[in-house]
Amino acid sequence: MEFFTANNIIFFLLAAVILIFGFLSVTTTKILRAATYLFFVLFAIAGLYLFLSYEFIAAVQLSVYAGGIVVLLVFAILLVKNLGEETENVSCTKKIVSAIAAVCGVVACLVTLFGYGFQANENADELAANVNMEAIGQTLMGVDKYQYLLPFEAASVLLLACIIGSVVIAQKEKKEDKK
Amino acid sequence: MNVPVEFYVVLSTLLFFIGVYGFIVRKNLIGILMSVELILNAVNINFVVFNRFLFPEKLEGYMYGLFVIIVAAAETAVAISIIINVYRRMKNIDVDSIKELKN
Repeated sequence: MEFFTANNIIFFLLAAVILIFGFLSVTTTKILRAATYLFFVLFAIAGLYLFLSYEFIAAVQLSVYAGGIVVLLVFAILLVKNLGEETENVSCTKKIVSAIAAVCGVVACLVTLFGYGFQANENADELAANVNMEAIGQTLMGVDKYQYLLPFEAASVLLLACIIGSVVIAQKEKKEDKK
Repeated sequence: MNVPVEFYVVLSTLLFFIGVYGFIVRKNLIGILMSVELILNAVNINFVVFNRFLFPEKLEGYMYGLFVIIVAAAETAVAISIIINVYRRMKNIDVDSIKELKN
């Protein structure tokens, strides 16, 4: 079996982008740069979903994460911090200890995962090609088994609650001062 | 020929623990929030990949990933409004210097 097939090359490019920019995003000292690297990570993850031929979730990832959350983060950074300011000086021992903790976690997870032995479905490609917009709509809008109308409605209530909550928390407190 | 499932799992494991490392090391509230986003995305890759390769007949993992994205958006919005409020009160968003709830 040849290793450098087109699929493998695309996957490793995406994985390299995700891991390198993810690592830069948690290690850089400038917080605005960290947000930019996070944007690249989210973009590459959307590419990974496209690579899996799940177009709808890739579009959701791009519009909600890359388009919404990163912009929100950048706004917050610009509101609370001066541009280009150094964030923090973390002690070297803390870095080393957390790196050791993370590496131990990676090793434990990988040992478990490689011992599991995943059985990939033989017809995965044909079945995944059937996931079109109609199938997703039917799944979201039905009340039968394996259909998700109730979580969909709960999500809409959650979003409404979160909008109201954010406005209430972030508004200025002139009224309280008058009390 | 498809990429094996294990490759995706290794990718998401590494991304998850990059996020954990950032969560421990960062002192800035926004940096911690960004690490949480990395962790959520790593988990989301797992859901979608397991749906795609192991159980492609039903869209369970797919829908779970979708709802994780929705909840993450809500969580980020509320967290950022809390961060802005904290900054307005204390002029600082480092977790070490926020001590008003102590005592």
